[in-house]
Amino acid sequence: MMNHTLKGLCNLPAGTVITGKWHHQSYKLLKPLGHGANGVVYLAESAKGIVALKLSDNSEAVTSEVNVLRRFSKVQGVALGPSLLDVDDWTAPLMKKHISFYVMEYIRGEDFSTFIRKHGKEWVAILLLQLLSVLDKLHQEGWVFGDLKPENLLITGPPPTVRLLDVGGTTLQGRAVKEFTELYDRGYWGLGSRKAEPSYDLFAVAIIMIQSCCPIKLERKGDGRRQLISIIQADVMLRKYQTVLMKAIDGKYKRASEMKQDLLAAIGRPDPSHSKQRASQKTVQKSRRSKQRKRGKARGVLETALIIAVLLCAYAVYVYHQVLP
Amino acid sequence: MSRGTLRQILLITDGCSNHGEDPIAMAALAKEQGITVNVIGVLDQDTIDESGLREIEGIALSGGGISQVVYAKQLSQTVQMVTRKAMTQTLQGVVNKELKQILGSDVSLENLPPEKRGEVMEVVDELGETVELEVLILIDTSGSMKTKLPTVKEALLDLSLSLNARIGDNRFAVFVFPGKRGNVEKIVDWTPEIEELSTVFPKLTSGGLTPTGPALREALTYFERKRSLRSLIRDDESYFEGSM
Repeated sequence: MMNHTLKGLCNLPAGTVITGKWHHQSYKLLKPLGHGANGVVYLAESAKGIVALKLSDNSEAVTSEVNVLRRFSKVQGVALGPSLLDVDDWTAPLMKKHISFYVMEYIRGEDFSTFIRKHGKEWVAILLLQLLSVLDKLHQEGWVFGDLKPENLLITGPPPTVRLLDVGGTTLQGRAVKEFTELYDRGYWGLGSRKAEPSYDLFAVAIIMIQSCCPIKLERKGDGRRQLISIIQADVMLRKYQTVLMKAIDGKYKRASEMKQDLLAAIGRPDPSHSKQRASQKTVQKSRRSKQRKRGKARGVLETALIIAVLLCAYAVYVYHQVLP
Repeated sequence: MSRGTLRQILLITDGCSNHGEDPIAMAALAKEQGITVNVIGVLDQDTIDESGLREIEGIALSGGGISQVVYAKQLSQTVQMVTRKAMTQTLQGVVNKELKQILGSDVSLENLPPEKRGEVMEVVDELGETVELEVLILIDTSGSMKTKLPTVKEALLDLSLSLNARIGDNRFAVFVFPGKRGNVEKIVDWTPEIEELSTVFPKLTSGGLTPTGPALREALTYFERKRSLRSLIRDDESYFEGSM
């Protein structure tokens, strides 16, 4: 349910210039990128280049998200989220409410589901391996992503790289998960609490994989665990990863790196259909070889016989010549 | 800053009150007593008319809380969102008051530069996580609510799942209006886990008027009461008494 201010924020025309009250940086809006419950994101032009700018009438939500992004920027190595460029307030003409905004790097890419649709399901496991690395880093820092779902995963590149978007749900470990989406929430499935811990994110990763193989949107019907097992067993690709998925669903992984190891091992195993082909190939090769060996043996015997015969003849001629005066 | 306890009334209704005092006045009374009143309007196939909507918004506004009108399907998510938002709102009010006392009367969260605001929000977030919370849930059981009651039950069980993930303690109490013997009836006394909702809900009957105002007024008096020892023993008996 959008309030009036938010609606107004959604319809700002291209070319609108936003100037911050505190830091006096200016941004020219180009086009809207998307909107959520708390604010609207625009593509904008700035002195530093093209950026993403999130406007909101809810300065508390903006401040919370900025706090998270600031913490992430301190983590070296893996980029956990878009980097924060500016935070400020905007005195909007005609709008009575106080508007806050923050500016972050614009990450160009496709969302997870679109990428998989274009490039094939074999990418699911591979991208999830990347995601598990990122999550491991996040968990080491003492956070849990919380609202993990395909819509919050952006695939940039080449080479295809997973980036996390929308840090609204990111929560300190030990607290209650701030924001979540039912389908990916283990509480909804009756399979755990909403306390922020690494296993909460890993459950969502399992559901992401399961949903990517299901044409229809999943909805819990009765016994959640049993339902998930039957969905896994009904799909060829999911069956291959059944052990990993069930371990994640049951919350048995303490660390994302453990799940990543298991997933890697499962990917490495040959597919059930491939192994059947290989087996039949092997038997064909075996029979061919045995036939060859048999033929080889026969040939060998013939050759030996011929050689002996020739030698005998030669010997006979020699003896004959010797004997004759 | 004293931590204290956050007190909220969560009113779930599908229409206008039509009996007893003005609920908006009762909500203002609640606010004076430090109790926030949030309202959720639930729709199924029906719609809420203009006056119903105005009343729902009015109650929340007077009660210093949040109102939202949703379809039954989104009830779970809405109940949680409303409760959390209201908590943050109340806590911010508290923090703003403290800031004014320390830094002067023209200072509020919005007047602080973004960097300072970040620090204050961290305090608010931490308070939100650790503060004790008491939520008294008032459920409308007039005739039209009959089909929505199962969804209400699910939403409340889900709310307790979410809130119990917090570090701070929670207590819930559930009342329905109209009650069997009066405007309001208590169906769950103050407790941290509302699992008993599952057994109590199927026994609820719906029908009668919508005495929202009297329900709010009576609910206010229950915040001071702790769960009585007698009621722990008499619990089962009182349910059977009602159904006879």
